[in-house]
Amino acid sequence: MTAVAVAAPRRSTLTRSAGLGLGVAMLWFSLLVLIPLLAIIVTASQGGWPAFWAAITNEQTAAAIRLTVMHAFLVTAVNVVMGTVIAWVLVRDRFWGRSVLEVLIDIPFALPTIVAGLVLLALYGSDGPFGISVANRSSAVFLAFLFVTLPFVVRAVQPVLEEIEVEVEEAAVSLGASRFTVLRRIILPSLAPAIIAGATLSFARAMGEYGSLVLLSGNLPFQTEVTSVRMLGSIENDNLPGAAAIAAVLLVIALAVIVTLDVVQRKVSGRGRG
Amino acid sequence: MSIEVKGINKRFGDFVALDNVDVSIPTGRLTALLGPSGGGKSTLLRIIAGLETTDSGSIAIGGVEATRLPAQKRNVGFVFQHYAAFKHMSVAKNVAFGLEIRKRPKDEIRARVDEMLDLVHLRQFAHRLPSQLSGGQRQRMALARALAIEPNVLLLDEPFGALDAKVRKELRDWLRRLHDEVHVTTVFVTHDQEEALEVADEIVVINEGRVEQIGSPDELYDTPANDFVMSFLGPTTRLDGQLVRPHDVEVTTAHSPGSIPGTVRRALRVGFEVRVTVLTDGGESVVATMTRATARGLDLGEGSRVWLRSDCLAPDVPEPLAG
Repeated sequence: MTAVAVAAPRRSTLTRSAGLGLGVAMLWFSLLVLIPLLAIIVTASQGGWPAFWAAITNEQTAAAIRLTVMHAFLVTAVNVVMGTVIAWVLVRDRFWGRSVLEVLIDIPFALPTIVAGLVLLALYGSDGPFGISVANRSSAVFLAFLFVTLPFVVRAVQPVLEEIEVEVEEAAVSLGASRFTVLRRIILPSLAPAIIAGATLSFARAMGEYGSLVLLSGNLPFQTEVTSVRMLGSIENDNLPGAAAIAAVLLVIALAVIVTLDVVQRKVSGRGRG
Repeated sequence: MSIEVKGINKRFGDFVALDNVDVSIPTGRLTALLGPSGGGKSTLLRIIAGLETTDSGSIAIGGVEATRLPAQKRNVGFVFQHYAAFKHMSVAKNVAFGLEIRKRPKDEIRARVDEMLDLVHLRQFAHRLPSQLSGGQRQRMALARALAIEPNVLLLDEPFGALDAKVRKELRDWLRRLHDEVHVTTVFVTHDQEEALEVADEIVVINEGRVEQIGSPDELYDTPANDFVMSFLGPTTRLDGQLVRPHDVEVTTAHSPGSIPGTVRRALRVGFEVRVTVLTDGGESVVATMTRATARGLDLGEGSRVWLRSDCLAPDVPEPLAG
């Protein structure tokens, strides 16, 4: 694709139309992403460093950040396992109702989150039909996160799993590998990049979740209050810099997680080399 | 090691893939399973490898009963048409895989991998990923991977089927030479009769789940057991209702006893040979091939009157030939 660049390394490879395309893309990206992100940083730093530090070390805020990050990690870990298993079942097994399940997986994507919150409240609220109530507990946060992040790993792993040829597994078997060894040494390493990509999305989604948990969790400070709720609280109390400070922290955590997982992915997919 | 296949039956639903197949493959030979697609040859190979189960019958490898042995335990090297490379592993890791499973010492694995990579001329690609290799190189890697475990038998399922014509031919010659070096009992599946004739010591012709004939390439070509084998192994044409090879049809411009008169409809030069289509007076369209010199000597053109005969005609009543 960059053959021109190889031939004439000093000159730009952009044609006029490609330049226009890049310009439009950058403008679009700036308007939608860069400027808002910058605005958060600017707002957060309005009161200077002491104010920022005070905002994020506020005990209630710190508790909300801890709760959110911890549950996002837990949920992502569960998704890595369950998402892979579900993708496996969808790709490898033929059973009655498979196509229905295939469609149902996407419901957490499609459903407005507040509707999800309502459903969860009806089922697992204080007078739900199962007699199990997670209302006003941190497990409500966990449950809501699980619900909305379910499709990410499944949908990331599924196409990659479909690509793995059965012949590759047969080759390993003929070389003496047991079913478990085939899974551990052939299938999982091939799936790792997809699992990690799904995990990243799942984590990011959990970090920002609001609608699905706001009804069930009760939003109790120090117990079930997540960062998004805490931010809304700050804004309602006319503390915009405080909300922006939390947002800036979330931004840094999200970036750190994305970068870390990217490094892990490179490590994992490069492990067989050498 | 030898392979003994006895009374193998295999069905996929209503489809009979193998119908009471008996084959005996001798030690150290290069054997081709030849036949049209869907004829059951790949199924037979997979059953030998243990990748497929049989409905009835038995398999013995090197005299040891293997019918119920899982694929992992058969110590069989298997090469697939589409390479089946472990894409996330380097070439060296691919080749080392079977040895690592066998928990061989690290030094031994390294030495064996180097030896194998030398054998398939991929030493300088040891650290590449399969995706960075060409098709032919990938297949050589797959071969090294299969040979690394010192298999009892080496099985190749249409090994050159995914490669382009030129590479296929190179690899074919190379497989022949490799086999002369390594001497492992080798069975390969192909639907390409030229490939089988060129490479194999022995050919098993399989069609519609049955073995049609087993023999050396010469035997099969010269004395085919039936019309199917004859037409599958090379070009054929019908002369006086009999299946003959076009190059066995003798074309003359003078009448001789037992020859059939006809008119040339078409004379087509294809490379080194001339392909003549003759319509006999009996209304049969016969194809004869000859060298360019012969065709020139006969001065053949559209509309020429010719007489056709074949030595293969009426083999029970050999005509006395002068000279």
